[in-house]
Amino acid sequence: MNIYVLMKRTFDTEEKIALSGGKINEDGAEFIINPYDEYAIEEAIQVRDANGGEVTVISVGNEETEKQLRTALAMGADKAVLINIEDEIENGDQFTTAKILAEYLKDKDADLIIGGNVAIDNASGQVGPRVAELLTIPYVTTITKLEIDGTNVTVTRDVEGDAEVIETSLPLLVTAQQGLNEPRYPSLPGIMKAKKKPLEELELDDLDLEEEDVEAKTKTIEIYLPPKKEAGRVLTGDLNEQVQELVQLLHTEAKVI
Amino acid sequence: MSRKVLVLGEVRDGSLRNVSFEAIAAARTVAEGGEVVGVLVGESVSALGAELVQYGADRVVVVENDKLKQYTSDGFAQALVAVIEQEKPEGLVLGHTALGKDLSPKIAGKLSSGLISDATAVEEAGGNIVFTRPIYSGKAFEKKIVTDGLIFATVRPNNIAPLAKDESRTGEVSSLSVDVKDLRAIIKEVVRKASEGVDLSEAKVVISGGRGVKSADGFEPLKELAKVLGGAVGASRGACDADYCDYSLQIGQTGKVVTPDLYIACGISGAIQHLAGMSNSKVIVAINKDPEANIFKVADYGIVGDLFEVVPLLTEEFKKLKVHS
Repeated sequence: MNIYVLMKRTFDTEEKIALSGGKINEDGAEFIINPYDEYAIEEAIQVRDANGGEVTVISVGNEETEKQLRTALAMGADKAVLINIEDEIENGDQFTTAKILAEYLKDKDADLIIGGNVAIDNASGQVGPRVAELLTIPYVTTITKLEIDGTNVTVTRDVEGDAEVIETSLPLLVTAQQGLNEPRYPSLPGIMKAKKKPLEELELDDLDLEEEDVEAKTKTIEIYLPPKKEAGRVLTGDLNEQVQELVQLLHTEAKVI
Repeated sequence: MSRKVLVLGEVRDGSLRNVSFEAIAAARTVAEGGEVVGVLVGESVSALGAELVQYGADRVVVVENDKLKQYTSDGFAQALVAVIEQEKPEGLVLGHTALGKDLSPKIAGKLSSGLISDATAVEEAGGNIVFTRPIYSGKAFEKKIVTDGLIFATVRPNNIAPLAKDESRTGEVSSLSVDVKDLRAIIKEVVRKASEGVDLSEAKVVISGGRGVKSADGFEPLKELAKVLGGAVGASRGACDADYCDYSLQIGQTGKVVTPDLYIACGISGAIQHLAGMSNSKVIVAINKDPEANIFKVADYGIVGDLFEVVPLLTEEFKKLKVHS
């Protein structure tokens, strides 16, 4: 089976966020594989181990992204592809990324494409379905279970807490929700092997794309931090009195009840 | 510049979701005096058209087909694109719900349009329609405009105030026939897990439990309180990992993002993972035994104490308040 994983390198949002020059300051910040994409990588490896085939992890990013791709290879992916757009695209959006990925994938005869359902930095959740639409293949988002039998696929999907069981078929794109699996940590032998696994680096030119073909369709005009919240009030006194005071405060001061 | 703007009315269990009324309010801003047209897609949904009008739509286009009884991205996209082809709007607004998240990128792809997902505010500024959306797990915000295609956005539930319902408002409800075909992913079964009671993402009040609830039974007092306040129950990752509750309740960086009017965190330490899912709530109450717990730093009001003592007292006190008011 020919399996592709769409991976994004993201800022670890557990980091403190600061602005510099109107942008998020990335200096010294920790970068990680988007956590939802870790589920995608794990699932791809499991599907390959059960059905045979090959897992290729693709990322649209910059040269730093090689580190996260090597981690994916160390987890067990077979090949990695970095589409480096650092020099050409300054302000891409989800259309940009989806268009580039679809252009790469269009002649690859992918049976299964797996991505995370959302990236924790920009959190739009658009790229997976946009890629499927460009490739004219079906997709199922926020999946928690994937069963493949020949070309028939049964998927369980998380819908705001309820579960939908969906029947569909390959070729297919799915996006991973938490609960799909427990992503493995790269083992030491895995890390050693990953150094020798193929990691191809491409640029827009290699995909016959011009900058205007992938020009963003949205524009960020301002980034700002939310106003700092003032320290709240910790109530004191007898517990019964505290509870009464809290209910009064919520009713008359905060006016939420 | 006035525009025609479509809004998809989302139907669940036979009723329109609140977020659809919020989407109409957003569409009114996008329309700048132009027409707001509601769209209903389903098997038998035309009776709901009047309510979309009462909340601010000027008229409604309904696509009914037995193949649209359940949501599928293929079926709903065919229906919505047919309405777009008929109406030729300049704007489109959906709720940022499971359906909206799944469907909107497909529509944007089909129309080769920009899309701004998960907007929490919309305004006209300097000749542009500007959307505000949280990024980096709510630790920062960005203002964004669409530069190509429709002015197309999904709006996060509970953030944009709906217009007041006006039962005297009337508008045309017309139907459009669409040949729905080639559905490539079919729903075989829906297993209800979370949707007993109030929907977590749309709830005005959320009562949330962490490791401090200690067991599945420990959620009982929280459920009681939620019932009295008409709210929903949520959980931290810690509580889910410990198997005290289903992952469908998880609020956080992984899990759901909620922005209720009132968020009551019970026995939750306040890890960054959790704060990412609730820190934009309007009012936060923390109940925790540990006075040093991080959750007190984001709380508006805090009580240091055992949740098993505090929560039942709160429930009683809220009951009294309800009787008096």
